[in-house]
Amino acid sequence: MEITSRDLLTVMHGMGFGALFMLAFSGALVELYRVSTPGPPFSMSSREHGLLRLYLGVMVVLAWLTVFSGAYLVYPWYRATPPAGLTDLSGFPRALLLSSPRTSEWHNLGMEWKEHVSWLAPIAMTMVAYVALTYGRGIVQHRQLRIAVLTFAIAAFAATGVAGAFGAFLNKIAPVHGGTPITLMEGER
Amino acid sequence: MSAPSDSDNPNGSAATLPNGPGAAAILAAGVGSAMLGILALASDASPAIKSVLSFYSPAGALSGVTTIAIVVWLVTWLLLFQLWRNKEVALSRVNLAALAMLGVGFLLTFPPFMDLLQGK
Repeated sequence: MEITSRDLLTVMHGMGFGALFMLAFSGALVELYRVSTPGPPFSMSSREHGLLRLYLGVMVVLAWLTVFSGAYLVYPWYRATPPAGLTDLSGFPRALLLSSPRTSEWHNLGMEWKEHVSWLAPIAMTMVAYVALTYGRGIVQHRQLRIAVLTFAIAAFAATGVAGAFGAFLNKIAPVHGGTPITLMEGER
Repeated sequence: MSAPSDSDNPNGSAATLPNGPGAAAILAAGVGSAMLGILALASDASPAIKSVLSFYSPAGALSGVTTIAIVVWLVTWLLLFQLWRNKEVALSRVNLAALAMLGVGFLLTFPPFMDLLQGK
């Protein structure tokens, strides 16, 4: 069982950070809605508040790890320029996609959109976490704060969805390859 | 930036907090989002700007676009926080501006819309 260093880092970017961040949204949206919806007073213990703080904090860290690992580790491999005259472009995903009109829009639309829109998610999520944790249950007194928090959280989810979906397709159609082989397990044959 | 915290009494003491710190964070997030879109469009439209924004050449202009957007976002947040930390502000107007700028961020990072603006 072997994997290359680039494959491993691409998986960490997409599945380790990005997918985990995406998965966390369902819980975050439900909890943010619960905390911020006016209704009968309920008690949020210090432990519950601490858990919400940890949950949103981890989400913010995951969001930033996703975009930074994508932009500064994976993206340079994706956009590397092949040497002149090279016919096998499999090690140069961007050039491979642009080499055919049947695949070029995966770059022109997919990657061009993904590489920028994904950064809206950590900016939005950092704000959401800050406001939610600063005001806590007191946010029910601030209707406009609730509207902003939930709208930006949904926007972050949408941006992550776009980036994640195109990331999955791009990695299927023109995956990043290469790097140092890493043997995870030896087979019998 | 020191955040006022309700961790000592998470059940509602923050209700007495002014909305200024929250408004600062919301408006700054809008500004950061719009800046991201504006810089993405600028780097797409102008080879000269694209070249200037290539802070880290392996990542190209994306490095400059995102670095400047993050710096603008954080500086805006800091300034607004200092300005509004003890104030009540008109949050509906702040929200309207922030959501409009968030929309700008989404639109200007969408390649077909970028192309439309550039007449491509």
